[in-house]
Amino acid sequence: MFIKEYIKEVYQGVSSLLKGMKKTGYYFFHPSEIITQQYPDNRHELKLPERFRGEVVMAHDDNNEHACTGCTACELACPNGTIKIITKMDLTPEGKKKKALDTFIYHLELCTMCNLCIEACPTNAIQMAQTFEHSVYDRNKLTKKLNQPNSKIREGVE
Amino acid sequence: MYAETQIISSSENNPQLKEGQLVINVGPQHPATHGVLHLVITLEGETIVKIEPHLGYIHRSIEKMSESLSYRQFIYVTSRMDYLSAHINNLGCALCVEKGMQIEVPARAQAIRIIMSELTRIASHELWIGAMAMDLGAMTPFFYTFRERETINDIMEQTCGARLTMNYMVPGGVMYDLHPEFVTRVRAFITQFKDKVTELEDLVTNNIIFRNRTEGIGILSKEDAISFGCTGPVARASGVDGDIRKRFPYTGYEQLDFEQCLHQAGDSFARYIVRIREMYQSIRIIEQLIDQIPEGDFQAKTKAVIKLPKGEFYTRVETARGELGVYIISEGGTTPYRIKYRSPGFSNLSALDHMARGSKIGDLMATMGTLDLVIPDIDR
Repeated sequence: MFIKEYIKEVYQGVSSLLKGMKKTGYYFFHPSEIITQQYPDNRHELKLPERFRGEVVMAHDDNNEHACTGCTACELACPNGTIKIITKMDLTPEGKKKKALDTFIYHLELCTMCNLCIEACPTNAIQMAQTFEHSVYDRNKLTKKLNQPNSKIREGVE
Repeated sequence: MYAETQIISSSENNPQLKEGQLVINVGPQHPATHGVLHLVITLEGETIVKIEPHLGYIHRSIEKMSESLSYRQFIYVTSRMDYLSAHINNLGCALCVEKGMQIEVPARAQAIRIIMSELTRIASHELWIGAMAMDLGAMTPFFYTFRERETINDIMEQTCGARLTMNYMVPGGVMYDLHPEFVTRVRAFITQFKDKVTELEDLVTNNIIFRNRTEGIGILSKEDAISFGCTGPVARASGVDGDIRKRFPYTGYEQLDFEQCLHQAGDSFARYIVRIREMYQSIRIIEQLIDQIPEGDFQAKTKAVIKLPKGEFYTRVETARGELGVYIISEGGTTPYRIKYRSPGFSNLSALDHMARGSKIGDLMATMGTLDLVIPDIDR
């Protein structure tokens, strides 16, 4: 009786292993069903969805104008102090003083891509870009100035 | 703490050890502990006499940190606790803030929240099956389960903008509306899941090596599961019907038709089977909702600065690992006075010593693997 049980167990064990081997063998002979991406080689075809949160950028139009009023809503919304806004006082054509953006400092190394600054922005001045390869050799390169030199606020944005 | 964990290897330099006993350290850097968990194991030959888990290697003081963040900001940190059920952690916090503010969440947001939670649960269980099989020496199932998980991650990436730390649940609803392709992609995923999940039966469930290594190993009785405070699949595999979605329904689970997966055996294999069945139930929940997501707002209108009234608020949600409790004490200001998380991993880990005592060291991986420990969730 014991030998019968033993042989039965061995038979069942081997058949269960063969079943699994059959499954893996199937994929060995059907490479088209494998979904692995050859990542660094497919960099050019790789497209990330438009909502992907890579880093914060500020859009500028052709006249080098942005929509940031320097209201610091994003700075207050940020949980880790990633954003620092320095404002200056501009003179309007009528001769009045008006607060305007001087420098928008963005610390990529502190950012957790939580999207709270984008949600807080009342004028949609900042967006999330779809970049994701952020490694650099010098960490100072991760501190970015988002507004371009000599840029100014688009007219009509309050 | 360091003084306690110094490596003691024989009875000669440690009077507490009996003759022939041996202390070995598993972790903090060990492939089978899935993170920085340090187990100090006292052995007698190959038999486990005592297991002492040492925590604190990935403590980031999330609870203390949250005290200086506003009610909108503190939610994103919880994605970093149990990173495999980030959506459900975020949901627990959002629910607690909503309870304090007494706001009504739109029906569309509730449906989206449930679908996202269940997708997260499937992704988490898929990863666990792969990692668990790898702990027991089977490399291949890992690639098969990651294929399905990758599909879910792509869906999340398209709608929420991130793959793991989504920060999609906000007080009052969800951050954005669903992506136009979301419904089609989830339907395609359901077909793919039903088609491919049978592969796991061939590769893992019926595999003789896997069954021999998990059946009858690491038994946790119903009474012990209750007294150690175990929740989630670990408790349900011992027969404790403590599913928060059934017991204390939140965000609209009470209107859905699904079963609580129970098993009476309480061994490692029962915990595996419970998780497999739970994935089928999650698919059942998604199928009920995906064709009839209500129209309307995805976010209730809230004030720009959230202030909770003075008092204490507690909510609980069922994550992929068990019950997550969120406890907020408010003094009436813009930041919480105190936040406490009751994480499922911590209580589940406390049962490990009881479960593994008297078994062989080789069986420890099967016992510990089926607890589904996520170390950042235990340490916070």
